[in-house]
Amino acid sequence: MDKTYYNPADLPKFGSITELQPEMGRKFFDYYGEVFKEGALTEREKALIALAVSHAVQCPYCIDAYTSDCLQKGADENQMMEAVHVAAAIKGGAALVHGVQMMNKIKELTM
Amino acid sequence: MGFSVKSLKGQHHELADPSFQLTVLQAPSQNGDQFPAFAGRLQEHGLYPLRPTGTTVLQVNVGKMCNQTCRHCHVDAGPDRKEIMTRETMQLCIDALQHSPQITTVDLTGGAPEMNPDFRWFVEELSQLGRQVIVRCNLTIILANRKYHDLPDFFKKYKVHVVSSLPYFQASRTDAQRGEGVFDKSVKALQLLNGVGYGQEGTGLQLDLVYNPSGAFLPGGQKSLEAEFKRRLKGGYNIDFNNLLCITNLPVSRYLDYLVQSGNYSSYMQKLVEAFNPAAAAGVMCRNTISVGWDGYLYDCDFNQMLELKVEQGAPQHIRNFDRASLDKRSIILNQHCYGCTAGAGSSCGGETVK
Repeated sequence: MDKTYYNPADLPKFGSITELQPEMGRKFFDYYGEVFKEGALTEREKALIALAVSHAVQCPYCIDAYTSDCLQKGADENQMMEAVHVAAAIKGGAALVHGVQMMNKIKELTM
Repeated sequence: MGFSVKSLKGQHHELADPSFQLTVLQAPSQNGDQFPAFAGRLQEHGLYPLRPTGTTVLQVNVGKMCNQTCRHCHVDAGPDRKEIMTRETMQLCIDALQHSPQITTVDLTGGAPEMNPDFRWFVEELSQLGRQVIVRCNLTIILANRKYHDLPDFFKKYKVHVVSSLPYFQASRTDAQRGEGVFDKSVKALQLLNGVGYGQEGTGLQLDLVYNPSGAFLPGGQKSLEAEFKRRLKGGYNIDFNNLLCITNLPVSRYLDYLVQSGNYSSYMQKLVEAFNPAAAAGVMCRNTISVGWDGYLYDCDFNQMLELKVEQGAPQHIRNFDRASLDKRSIILNQHCYGCTAGAGSSCGGETVK
């Protein structure tokens, strides 16, 4: 019996979510496919954004999938790591910016 | 890097044996599932048996000798390989072409085809026959020895269409696949080819680059990668080229060894199987190409050649018996490696097959 919550073999089964709710599932995958098509942003740029978001939401499936996708689309290692730093900066910044709220509260409560 | 400079054959590796490669290709995946038979997938789409659409390209492998030992090489080529085509066999190719005016292109590959001592003679003869000659040049050969330094001028003289591998626009991934220092030498060679007019607008001298992924992943869209290669190579090294041809790595020989050694074999095969595209299957290159081995035997493609899967029994087996009409009636020999040519937008020696 597998003792982990995440199983790499589940990633290729993503499409099976349509089994329990076909219409919503289909609409989601249609939308998903549309989002990642070349548009104002290139497919490579979208893959790099997806890689950064994958780290921010800490989804192991997404990290696997978008690391492969970035390689496939010709992104280089520096671009990929910079994308992860963008995610880290936003996550870190999101924590730190609340420091202002803390400072406000300190002011409110202290002499 | 740290990969062997010896071919699999030189190492007496079990994967040097084509029959062992076929055993691996037909074995179930790690979790015990059998990959669906390629022929069956074609049958589902009305493409079985797979027939030629009319042979217009003769791809001639003039030998396995090479100055490089690339990690993904399906030929298992290298400096220790001595199998090369003789002038007599080249003459048989010329004789066959004289009787087959429909074959307009001759695609020379290897190894490094330029290392065959009769290479220049062969190109001259083919050129006199009025056929378009493609040479699959690995670039570093131009700098490997003084006797090769004039290759750009030689190619120009015969208006050879040069097709060269460059798996990435940076040294890291290029050298990981093709050997230490290959990227820098390739850049110099490309600049020399540009210098005589290759890849330059208005010269008619065509220089295409081949992109093979440096790892266990599939190539992305050809158009988008071409734009990125052009931007990076022009910006970084002032290099121009015409087209980028995306070729999927097929699980044959050294690339099969890499997949098995790195634990990626099953997941890579799964990717190929899942990406099966019937439109790509309809446009595979074996439908318009005949591949000739260094010893003159005939195959449906260069991959079948390396797996020693000769053209169907009953069709002419050797270049001395070449008969285009008879070969065009054959059934193409298929196996599990064929999934590599039908994945996604398709893959051939001319890049994507689905436009």
